[in-house]
Amino acid sequence: MATITLKGVTKRFPGVVANNDVDFEATAGEVHALLGENGAGKSTLSHIMSGLYRPDEGEIRLDGVPQVFHSPRDAIDAGVCMVHQHFRLVDRFTVAENLILGDRRGVGRKFQLDPGAVVEQVRTLGERYRLPVDPRARIWQLSVGERQRVEILKALYEEAKVLILDEPTAVLTPDEADTLFETLREIVAEGRTVIFISHKLNEVKAVSDRVTVMRAGRVVATVPTKDATPQSLASLMVGRELDVTKRRRSGVPEGGAVLEVQDVWAPSYRATTSLKGAEFTVNGGEIVAVAGVAGNGQRELAEAIAGLRPRTRGTVRIGGRAVRNGDPRHAYRAGLGYVPEDRLGTGVAPNLSLSMNVELKSHRDGTLGPFLRMARMRERAEAAIETYEVKAPGPHAEAATLSGGNIQKIVLAREFAGNLKALIAASPTRGLDVSAVDTVQRHIAEAADRGVAVLLISEDLDEILALADRVLVMYEGRLTPVERRDDVNRIGVLMAGGDVDDSPANTAT
Amino acid sequence: MNNSLLVVLIASGIAYGTPLLYGALGELLAERSGVLNLGVEGMMLVGAVMGFWAEQRVHAGAALTLIIAVLAAAFAGMVMSAIHAFLVITLRASQIVSGLALTIFAGAAGLSSYLGSDLNLADVPANHSFHAIFPSSMQSWPIVGPIIFGQDPLVYASWVLVAAIAYYLTRTRPGLNVRAVGEAPGAADAMGINVVKYRYLHVLAGGALAGVAGSTFTLAITPQWVSGITGGAGWIAIALVIFAFWRPELCLVGAYFFGALQALAPELQARNINLGPTELWTNTIPYVATVIVLVLVSWRGARRRLGAPAALGVPYVREEA
Repeated sequence: MATITLKGVTKRFPGVVANNDVDFEATAGEVHALLGENGAGKSTLSHIMSGLYRPDEGEIRLDGVPQVFHSPRDAIDAGVCMVHQHFRLVDRFTVAENLILGDRRGVGRKFQLDPGAVVEQVRTLGERYRLPVDPRARIWQLSVGERQRVEILKALYEEAKVLILDEPTAVLTPDEADTLFETLREIVAEGRTVIFISHKLNEVKAVSDRVTVMRAGRVVATVPTKDATPQSLASLMVGRELDVTKRRRSGVPEGGAVLEVQDVWAPSYRATTSLKGAEFTVNGGEIVAVAGVAGNGQRELAEAIAGLRPRTRGTVRIGGRAVRNGDPRHAYRAGLGYVPEDRLGTGVAPNLSLSMNVELKSHRDGTLGPFLRMARMRERAEAAIETYEVKAPGPHAEAATLSGGNIQKIVLAREFAGNLKALIAASPTRGLDVSAVDTVQRHIAEAADRGVAVLLISEDLDEILALADRVLVMYEGRLTPVERRDDVNRIGVLMAGGDVDDSPANTAT
Repeated sequence: MNNSLLVVLIASGIAYGTPLLYGALGELLAERSGVLNLGVEGMMLVGAVMGFWAEQRVHAGAALTLIIAVLAAAFAGMVMSAIHAFLVITLRASQIVSGLALTIFAGAAGLSSYLGSDLNLADVPANHSFHAIFPSSMQSWPIVGPIIFGQDPLVYASWVLVAAIAYYLTRTRPGLNVRAVGEAPGAADAMGINVVKYRYLHVLAGGALAGVAGSTFTLAITPQWVSGITGGAGWIAIALVIFAFWRPELCLVGAYFFGALQALAPELQARNINLGPTELWTNTIPYVATVIVLVLVSWRGARRRLGAPAALGVPYVREEA
């Protein structure tokens, strides 16, 4: 009994074939993982299944019946619901109102609103699937994990037969992810289908019954999960053998303290947490990682050190020199490089050429008065493109036209130029494909080998385990050191806020 | 008692506040769907002139003439708002630029004045105008007489409208949908709510109400056509929506407060009460408040706290990447 079947699905966008003759089948009662690098076509495929895109060729069948979805609504009515990475919830509405919104079958059909009528239903569903959430709470009051529960509840309320989740664990702590996996098992146990999109091999191993691997718009293989190893899946994804286990750096940290952060406090401007008394030292040649779920003050930490966000208290020293508060140029002059998490918005000026972007920090050095040295800029950009293996038409290409991985390489080229003593890398590989991840991690490791003090802020535990010499965990604006860098359980506990030392300043040296 | 300053101020505050209320309710509908329309002043002026024109040209009984005139004003306002809707919803132009352009194009030095002189409407006395409809014995009841029973039908209609809009937004399914469209158009679209349709309908309804707001000047308050007759009431209406935290019932309170301010200076003068240059501050307070509020809402954090629709001013593009 196949629940959802795709046959010969092709979707073209200007210049690319996002899905090329894809056959895909997920049966009732299974968790089916859809695995692939970014750009492999798994998002496009899920958007076709959920009605956001219409395929150029091929057909979708539900229980053998051909379907034509003109909109996400058609897909929902047919029983296909999708939980997007960016939640489709109305922040100011209550949970109940969000469920009623667009509901064409239940209480939402009436002209007159009655959110109270679904409250009981939300409670029952919540108990049955371990998705506890207060139906009268407003979305903005909920944590990210709770919001995800609302999305799943909404799908169950719509009586979804097929539930598609797009990288659902990206926003969850390890514990929350485990709970989600249990919920998914409950859902498939009743004969529903779950399609689980991910590029994390361990998760796919943990939760799925079968895996379909995509590469470059095509389905490469569909295998039962129990017959697959992370290595075999990775080579299917990338198309070549790749060492996914660990990359330990050869060098041993030996330099003295280079980046010193003492009792630094910084405010938060949005819903995220402010930074509360960060205190640590990074030695030359050392990579110190900050682990944690996004939004716990990582961005505040990075920006407070880089001078982009005024510190309310505390000092930052680079190479023994105190960095002026709220003065990014002073920090840069002291030898700080900064790879921001928002690479397109903050990392580069998207509409400027690559040569302009490479020159952004150093254009004041050795200038001709107010004039730019165009020839020197072009040479530097060409050198950067070659050294960092940037796939770009040339120095004149606009930064925004490049892929995420290539933009990140341009950022690295700029930050690594000149007198680099300390580097902050914030989620440097998030959203990049496996080979770009490889390049970026290699360059960061090499920088450390040259004696640079690296502060790596990352949500990706695999990355942290691969690169870091020491690990700090960030939770609600506070840092807690982990004694053994590879103690994954301890890191997980701290990420979820368990057992946090209450003193405002946690020494991490 | 009915001549006491407070009663007179409340009664005339309601009369003067009515165009503000209509304008604010219209703007509120548009903004709740996520569309900022700064063209209220222009739409009001076109509504004012076309309403007066219809009143002059239609030769029917007083009641029928006035109803047709109000409908004409509503239609004129709606046509103007259709320009804005097309520019900002379909073509996704900047809502601020389009709204300002609309006011400049239709405003005191533009279309409305041209229509006024081309249709020979200036300095013509009105044939009919809205008057109090309750018997004068009721109007002389203490306090409630002038305040409640001394008003014209446009005032009573606005009360019904406030209740209807409040009910619509909070208690009905289309109301929930339009709030979703204004807060999170992406989420609404994913749930099968037609974002474009909802935005068009609410901007058009808002334009119609702005037209009616204009006609309250030429059919009830003044009642005649003078170029630029609204005198910035459209801007005050926009600010009112913000003062009222996007809630219709509070629009009513705010509108009557500003209306009473306008009535204060002449009333004090009539009573020979001298409080210095009263006219200066009563006439400037609404505008100063408007400027402050408009500056405030352009600051994101404040907008959120005041309860502005989250997607206000943002064109909706279906995510297809």
